Amino acid sequence: MRTEKRLVKGPLRTFLGKRFVRIREINEKYKAPHVKMTPAVKFALFCLRFYLLLLVGLLFFKFYTLVAGK
Amino acid sequence: MRRELSAPVRIKRRMGFLPRFYYSWRRTVKWLVLFGAVSGPGIIVMLADNDAGGITTYAATGAHFGYGLLWFLVLLGPIAYYIQEMTVRLGAVTKRGHAEAIFDAFGPFWGWFSLVDLILVDWLTLVTEFIGMTAALSIFHVPPIVTVVVVSIVMLAMVLQGRYWTWEKIAFLFCVLNVIYIPGAILARPSVSDIVRTGLIPNFPGGFTNEVFFFLMANIGTTIAPWMIFFQQSAVVDKGIQEKDIPFGKLDTAIGATFTVLIAAFVIIMTGTLLRGVSIDSAAHAATALMGVNKSLGTLLAIGLFNAGFLGAICISLASSWAFGEVFGWAHSLNNRIREAPWFYVSYVVALATAGTVVLIPGAPLVMITLFVQVVAVTLLPAALVFLILLLNDAERMGKYKNTVAQNVISVLVVACIVVLSTLYGISTLFPGLFK
Repeated sequence: MRTEKRLVKGPLRTFLGKRFVRIREINEKYKAPHVKMTPAVKFALFCLRFYLLLLVGLLFFKFYTLVAGK
Repeated sequence: MRRELSAPVRIKRRMGFLPRFYYSWRRTVKWLVLFGAVSGPGIIVMLADNDAGGITTYAATGAHFGYGLLWFLVLLGPIAYYIQEMTVRLGAVTKRGHAEAIFDAFGPFWGWFSLVDLILVDWLTLVTEFIGMTAALSIFHVPPIVTVVVVSIVMLAMVLQGRYWTWEKIAFLFCVLNVIYIPGAILARPSVSDIVRTGLIPNFPGGFTNEVFFFLMANIGTTIAPWMIFFQQSAVVDKGIQEKDIPFGKLDTAIGATFTVLIAAFVIIMTGTLLRGVSIDSAAHAATALMGVNKSLGTLLAIGLFNAGFLGAICISLASSWAFGEVFGWAHSLNNRIREAPWFYVSYVVALATAGTVVLIPGAPLVMITLFVQVVAVTLLPAALVFLILLLNDAERMGKYKNTVAQNVISVLVVACIVVLSTLYGISTLFPGLFK
């Protein structure tokens, strides 16, 4: 039984472990943004962040109204 | 001061009529052969844009407003072209897909955000394509399970045959079938003078009401989708389009944009002629209603809906697999065999199998999924468009192919309008009572 569990857990853990290592490698590879951070680029990215926060806020609000039954 | 003529021009001027005609004919044939070799991604992505959701929107628009909003679609054509043309330049110059380009230019935060959002929106859209296909074939009494299984097998066979070229040619066949709406609309015998008078002159039927606004936004949402940007750029890279081929790529996109608008317009004309005033909630519903008026046209609409769903599904599923492959560094070309690119094909199969299964689950929230697609797409579309403009302004990477000032002015205006309208559409989907 224990051997069976190990067989199931072992390869899965290795698989997931490898994926996380790969994700870390990707983060490392693209750590420094290549595009030149001019004021226009910075402003565009700031607006995008703000926009996404607004949308996520609206999604949470919708979720709250659904759960609360309002 | 006389300008020196080039050698080919001087030789051509000295030729007689027949040799000159032969020379021009050979040049035209050579040009057509070259265009035939390069064309594909633009036409396919644009026609796949008229997917199951798109056909539903156009059918409902026609049934609701008749020909009244045709002019708006004519405006959307150049806008769609303008956005997709940028992906051709970006793909041909950088030799990178859009997902990888975002990671490289803006770092992991925006990279993961775009990738996860793309995978989610692609998967949800894939579910809606399956909904469209099963609904269309259920009109002919084909059980949903048969539709899902057969479609999945055909889609798998298309990618597993091992060549991008073959995949593209098969996809072209389904693109040609998409033109079915044009004879369909002609058979409905619409009044040409009515189309010109009420459809091609900009107007808002019944005034600029919330309903009109909602339909305008829905038409934008179906004509300009985030997966198209990712798909076309990856297809340009997979096909190996070079910088010198960019003019052909642009023409390919322009032809696709023209056909996508034509087909959408003919769907509107068909339902606007025969179903004016009928409340339509899906294209399958429109096909059933049409069968009551004209059986052959209803059948045509149902076949077209199935084809639209299929065309959308084959492109959307590939967009995700390409993006995964680009970011994770897996081999990710349709020219690779399964052994050479296992994860590319695994991600494709997983997307296909899970999306198909969801449609078959009894009581699955399919309507909720259809609505959710719009909301998720709205979170990705502005980001993808903003990144597209910023990437096209990267002089170091793009060189002489970077956006000009005029291109930037137009693209910023277009993107600003799309962002505002698609956001309002997303919000109105979340809170339906807000704009009433």
